[in-house]
Amino acid sequence: MATRLIEVRRDLLNKNDVLARRLRRRFADAGVCVVSLVSSPGAGKTALLESTLRAIAADASVAALVGDLATDNDAERLRRSGVPVRQIVTGTVCHVDAQMVDTALEGWNLQELDFLFIENVGNLVCPASYDLGESLRAVLMSVTEGEDKPAKYPTIFNSADLAIITKTDIAAAVGFDRPAALQCINEVRPGLEVIELSARTSAGMTAWLQWLDRARQAAAAV
Amino acid sequence: MCYLAVAMHELSIALSLIDVATEAIISSHSTGRVAAVRVRVGLLSGIDRDALAFSFDVAASGSVLEGARLHVEDVAVTAWCPSCAAERAVVSISSRRCTVCRTIAPRIVRGEELELVGVEIEEDGNETDRGPTRSAEQE
Repeated sequence: MATRLIEVRRDLLNKNDVLARRLRRRFADAGVCVVSLVSSPGAGKTALLESTLRAIAADASVAALVGDLATDNDAERLRRSGVPVRQIVTGTVCHVDAQMVDTALEGWNLQELDFLFIENVGNLVCPASYDLGESLRAVLMSVTEGEDKPAKYPTIFNSADLAIITKTDIAAAVGFDRPAALQCINEVRPGLEVIELSARTSAGMTAWLQWLDRARQAAAAV
Repeated sequence: MCYLAVAMHELSIALSLIDVATEAIISSHSTGRVAAVRVRVGLLSGIDRDALAFSFDVAASGSVLEGARLHVEDVAVTAWCPSCAAERAVVSISSRRCTVCRTIAPRIVRGEELELVGVEIEEDGNETDRGPTRSAEQE
């Protein structure tokens, strides 16, 4: 009995990656800046998006996709800001993938948009592996989560372009060790930009909105 | 972290692995039994090898890969160390420091792989169109 090796050398997520590249090209052609948000459940992705949509919807054309295992509660919350929102219900799947984004976009004219936000399922493991074709990815961690979160989930921090520390208004109450958190992020992902904010009090929101503005200019310039 | 979520993750990856491997087998026009599947998994890929092995058996059931062994080759994390001007191992997946000089090394060189290396097929010796594949290992 002979055994032969068929050499393949292909990424396991090749199908997702191919589709994500196609989406990225489509987004670039339309000049839309696509920002995805990832975090553990409860870190404040939806709250940040609510504040963000309120802050920029008057000056920019914005839409959002929201991924959850079940319910469209988050989409309902975000719709109150008046921008088009679609819920991606992933069922038993613990992440949003490129195919889900592609399907959810059906019928939307990307040319009309300045920003598209994609809120991923609350999960620090699975979303790390799936490229969604986004221009930029922001990973959120709240001050209640423990300063060593990045060390526990290095893959997702490595996949991100920005780290956002949320709920800074309660940092003192929960004994958040800011230098330790920043040190941990830098150890895991040297040079990763960090923004600290509170969606509730708006402290730090200006830095985030400026970051978004730079991202939008970069997307429009492509 | 709930174990179910971790296993779900590896199950999604295993299902993708079955897809990619099946495509490769079909395009190679092989008719033999699939003996083994070889993958390379970087330690920074976020994939747990035991969960992947378990998920592979579940995902392969009923496919042409049913009963095949899964060989996982771990790939350690290395980064470009600016001080050493060389590719170096890092302290851990959570600390991007050069193991030689302790400098922070920003650029990862290896360790994020998640790749199907190849598929081992057992054939009965009949000559068929074998396609562009590497020569056989003898057993």
